[in-house]
Amino acid sequence: MTATLPTPAGCAVPARPEKGLPVLRERGQREVFCGLTGIVWLHRKMQDAFFLVVGSRTCAHLLQSAAGVMIFAEPRFATAIIEDKDLAGRSDAQDELDRVVGELLARRPGIRSLFLVGSCPSEVIKLDLGRAAERLNRRHGPAGVRVFNYSGSGIETTFTQGEDACLAALVPALPEAPADAEPNLLVVGTLPDIVEDQFARIFAALGIEQVRFFPPRRSAELPAVGPTTRVLLAQPFLADTVRTLLERGATHLRAPFPFGVSGTTRWLTAACDAFHIPSEHLRRTCLPMAERARVALEAHRRWLAGKRVMFFPDSQLEIPLARFLAEELGMELAEVGVPYLHRELVGPDLEALPRGVQLAEGQDVDRQLDRCRAARPDLVVCGLGLANPLEAEGLATKWSIELIFSPVHGYDQAGDLAELFTRPLRRRNVLTV
Amino acid sequence: MQLSVWTYEGPPHVGAMRIATALKDVHYVLHAPQGDTYADLLFTMIERRDHRPPVTYTTFQARDLGGDTAELFKRAVHEAYERFRPAAILVGASCTAELIQDDPGGLAKRLGLPVPVIPLELPSYQRRENWGAGETFYQVVRTLAGGAPRPAAPRAPGATRSCNLLGPTALGFRHRDDILELTRLLADMGIRVNVVAPLGAAAADIARLPEADFNVVLYGEIATPAAEWLQRTYRQPYTKSIPIGLNGTRDFVREVATLAGLDADAEVARISARSAWYSRSVDSTYLTGKRVFVFGDATHALGAARVATEELGFQLVGLGTYTRERAREVRAAAEAHGLTALITDDYLEVERAIEAATPELVLGTQMERHIAKRLQVPCAVISAPVHVQDFPARYSPQMGAEGANVLFDTWVHPLMMGLEEHLLTMFREDFEFGDLSPSHLGHAPSPRVDHTVEMSTTLLPGGGAAVAEMAVADAGVTLADEPAAPAPPVAAGAPRWQPQAEQELKKIPFFVRGKARRNTERYAAERGITDITLDTLYEAKAHFSR
Ligand code: SF4
Ligand code: SF4
Repeated sequence: MTATLPTPAGCAVPARPEKGLPVLRERGQREVFCGLTGIVWLHRKMQDAFFLVVGSRTCAHLLQSAAGVMIFAEPRFATAIIEDKDLAGRSDAQDELDRVVGELLARRPGIRSLFLVGSCPSEVIKLDLGRAAERLNRRHGPAGVRVFNYSGSGIETTFTQGEDACLAALVPALPEAPADAEPNLLVVGTLPDIVEDQFARIFAALGIEQVRFFPPRRSAELPAVGPTTRVLLAQPFLADTVRTLLERGATHLRAPFPFGVSGTTRWLTAACDAFHIPSEHLRRTCLPMAERARVALEAHRRWLAGKRVMFFPDSQLEIPLARFLAEELGMELAEVGVPYLHRELVGPDLEALPRGVQLAEGQDVDRQLDRCRAARPDLVVCGLGLANPLEAEGLATKWSIELIFSPVHGYDQAGDLAELFTRPLRRRNVLTV
Repeated sequence: MQLSVWTYEGPPHVGAMRIATALKDVHYVLHAPQGDTYADLLFTMIERRDHRPPVTYTTFQARDLGGDTAELFKRAVHEAYERFRPAAILVGASCTAELIQDDPGGLAKRLGLPVPVIPLELPSYQRRENWGAGETFYQVVRTLAGGAPRPAAPRAPGATRSCNLLGPTALGFRHRDDILELTRLLADMGIRVNVVAPLGAAAADIARLPEADFNVVLYGEIATPAAEWLQRTYRQPYTKSIPIGLNGTRDFVREVATLAGLDADAEVARISARSAWYSRSVDSTYLTGKRVFVFGDATHALGAARVATEELGFQLVGLGTYTRERAREVRAAAEAHGLTALITDDYLEVERAIEAATPELVLGTQMERHIAKRLQVPCAVISAPVHVQDFPARYSPQMGAEGANVLFDTWVHPLMMGLEEHLLTMFREDFEFGDLSPSHLGHAPSPRVDHTVEMSTTLLPGGGAAVAEMAVADAGVTLADEPAAPAPPVAAGAPRWQPQAEQELKKIPFFVRGKARRNTERYAAERGITDITLDTLYEAKAHFSR
């Protein structure tokens, strides 16, 4: 070998203590989806919205593969695939986009919001989707369609960050709540409808009357935001959304994420404190739910307590889930990997992690696999590309994408959430082949 | 720009991944952003491979763009070599990297690695997955087999009694089983398989390709460029026939026997399949003239069209492919049946064509399965793009004699069985027979739609009985309601159903009701009938019956 060789891509920056927690920072191959993936759940949440990716055949193929199958004859997302003639300047990409959007809206008259979603190719060729959105808004606004744009590209966003970019793009369109409006609670982050309804009932029972969820089920029914808005995050990957909401005068309520009993109680406590609701009232209101959640968790504790779990970086849920598994189910944490560490948002969960836990930020997937094989944890939480190969090596795995797609928040899902982690272990116990 | 809802093929670098993953000791370094790593799950989840594909992605980010993405690429190649020690390295760019023009081939060559570096130029904004696979396989063969001495004279047929099987890849539709089936078939003829490639071949095996007498091309989409080069360079002829179905297999055997210097008639005479007798048995009479629509890659669509018409007695009402590169062959086959071939990769266009052809059975890809589900028509999958259920645990080839048996079973299964059709008429007034759904057809479509990965294995509810077979059931039975899938929209100005006719329609088993409705409406519309009466319904029935 003759060429001079640069330093290895995966070399870890020396570990730096993170409030007592060592953090391994890595830069190598990442094995994570890009932000386009968020469309898979966002289009189901906002059923009057359409997501048009402006990208390549790869982007279309990613969406199709991540969505698993073609469920609908015509889903509420599509890709405008950039072709050679767009790149060679033989056609004007902005004109082409106008044409594609025109066709789309003609076919889907029920659409109230159209999201133009940028991709790596559209960003590299500097296709200005902001300008396109403005122009298309002028054209289709009178017909009741609002056009937004955000980037879900893999060079800018990692997996769940796509939702962050989408919601942040919606924030400027939220109506202004007057400065003297009633204090109101805004729960931010996509939740399955069933979970949203449960939380709505809990907040009502607690006496918090002004509660809205964001994103809303209908994109045309956007919640108002203003200085009396208190933001409670349901998902840990919404940094830009929070920042833009704060710019609109809202206040962020710092809390752990509502996983398990303790996570949910502390999350609700943060809301109660902001609305001056006595903790005794919270305790009484939620006691039966917390009790039955505790009972549900007990059955899973038997399987999980003392077992070691390792997280590969994926959805940003890793730290809150590690907190849940360690604190509420007695698991030991082998390594907790995150795509990026946002200390502000996951702070309360981070503080509840056991001392000495190994955090890893970024990724070098081959090195991480080496560590995983060396540590041989009892359970590995990882993406779809890694799960079967690790199973074939004898390691039990939980595919992380299910944690995003399943109802897992709140008291009444605590048992289900735990079950997602016990099932692989129970299954191995049951099988004799 | 092309508006795309679903795609039949991925980008060309996914085709390259299918070759790299099929080979044993070759690594692929792909200059690509992180999201492109989704492609791994095609192999590990859909195909359930127990290893990651041998692919290193550079996963450059926006902050790298102004800086040194070329440096990043070189590091990735170097590290991949050090870690995996492959016998050869493929390098290339995905769509995004193609735009930043780092020249992966040039960069990798300059590293001076001690193994062959094969640069791939796969134009992402023009080409697709199968083309990418074909081009990659060709480049691999040229690089790794190109050193063998060129023969001075044409080969004598059957000099070594050996051939290569070319074309099977990772993520291929039943490639795994076709290899086994054809290897056995060839062994019965006394012909040895020298190398199967790319699936399961090592770089050293590729280098041995020129040793065989001839090449068997299983999937022309992938193997033809390499086979042509081998023919030019090493005077190895290659097979052109598609060994799908009994007749296809016999033609294939004849071609192979000729290439191998064997007695072709004697070899062909030995080929038989149970499917031929099953098709002749009386229970199969009801298959006669069933309207079938075929769509897939060229190899499987051509094979299926032939089997459907010659071996099952179906009527071909549509034939198409998304393989533009082989449009000519598919057009010719369609013309032989008096049809115009559908050459497209626009899913919505395929949907419209199927709807217009009103088939009783669709033979297509996973996409057509969904179209058929919506239209309430039975469907069997014959071609990629693949789904997890296209990798059955059992042996299930599409080619050779056993392949013919598999096709018979899997195509006839979603249709009503003749026997059951009679039973249905006999028991139609029995309330216990309420849903009128034959037991082998699985369950009625569930209104619950899952948002993650659909793992269901049901083919389709509903049989393929045409309006001609409208068994009039008793209105008293608990007929299932119109299934969950929305009925195709009726255009404004469409004929109106009179209450009595509507009532009668409800007595028709739900799995043929949609079809009866459509056919009657079409019949009425074509004759300018505005009100559909009981008579219109039965006139339409008579019209469409054969
Ligand atoms: S990483 Fe970029 S190119 Fe790849 S699918 Fe995502 S947006 Fe498209
Ligand atoms: S458009 Fe880009 S990602 Fe898609 S196939 Fe082409 S190169 Fe690959």
